[in-house]
Amino acid sequence: MKPADHYQEDLASIRKMMEQSSKFLSLSGLSGILAGTYALLGASAAYYLIQFPLASNAYRQESVRGSNLVPLLVIAAAVLVASLASGYWLSRRKAEKAGQPFWNETSRRLVINLLIPLATGGLFTLLLLLNGHFGVVAPSLLIFYGLALINASPNLYGEIRYLGYSEILIGLAAALWPGYGLLFWALGFGVLHIVYGAVMYRKYDR
Amino acid sequence: MKNPFDHLDRILEHRVRLQIMGVLTANDSFDFVGLKELLQTSDGNLATHLKALEREKYILVQKSFVDRKPNTRYKVTERGKQAFRKHLDAMEEVIRAQRK
Repeated sequence: MKPADHYQEDLASIRKMMEQSSKFLSLSGLSGILAGTYALLGASAAYYLIQFPLASNAYRQESVRGSNLVPLLVIAAAVLVASLASGYWLSRRKAEKAGQPFWNETSRRLVINLLIPLATGGLFTLLLLLNGHFGVVAPSLLIFYGLALINASPNLYGEIRYLGYSEILIGLAAALWPGYGLLFWALGFGVLHIVYGAVMYRKYDR
Repeated sequence: MKNPFDHLDRILEHRVRLQIMGVLTANDSFDFVGLKELLQTSDGNLATHLKALEREKYILVQKSFVDRKPNTRYKVTERGKQAFRKHLDAMEEVIRAQRK
């Protein structure tokens, strides 16, 4: 073997190690599709709870009443738990299939990078909610989620960064038109997840 | 023309050492167990190469306790970063020279 071939192989192995060590590549695209589906189901349930018989694209003048708060929180929590559970399960399966450890330095780092903006946003939104600021829930959760994705994108496939930017834009739009909060919510957490999940699935999972 | 081999770093002429330097350049720090899993080498082999890089001051070692278990983390130094970059450039040079 010529030294050039040897060095070429060295370079390839370095590149592979650098990527493997910094990126959690087991994230399943399918879990994005599922999370988006749960979000759409949740948004429909919320629509029947707070908006029906108004059309789903109607601008809401009235804000959420206190009496609806608990069922809405239950729906949101159910969507969150179902998304996390299927994300965990599918990604774990993908890691096992590839013979790679699921819980290691890289996934630990990913979780920390995701959780810092996400937990901040969650608490921030909850505190405002408790003070009766219902209108900020949709925009602030979308924006903080987008920031969390961008913060964690060095540990994920590069495309996730663009999902983050999109969530922030939708969040800002939701802040501009708070009466369309539910619609933007369905767009950001539902449609975008399904689209990105499908793209990732086609690109990396097959 | 100068011989491109002259620019190669003798210390880094080993795949495991190059991989270690790559991982530590891509991440702030990495611990021993994580490196072992990633590089799929034996404890002894990995430890020997880490020692060699440490002796050259290419990497820093931080020992601490996590949940009462000893935890050893490694970080690349500025000197190590420069040496690694130079060595990668030299490897590319060799590849280019032999393609001609």
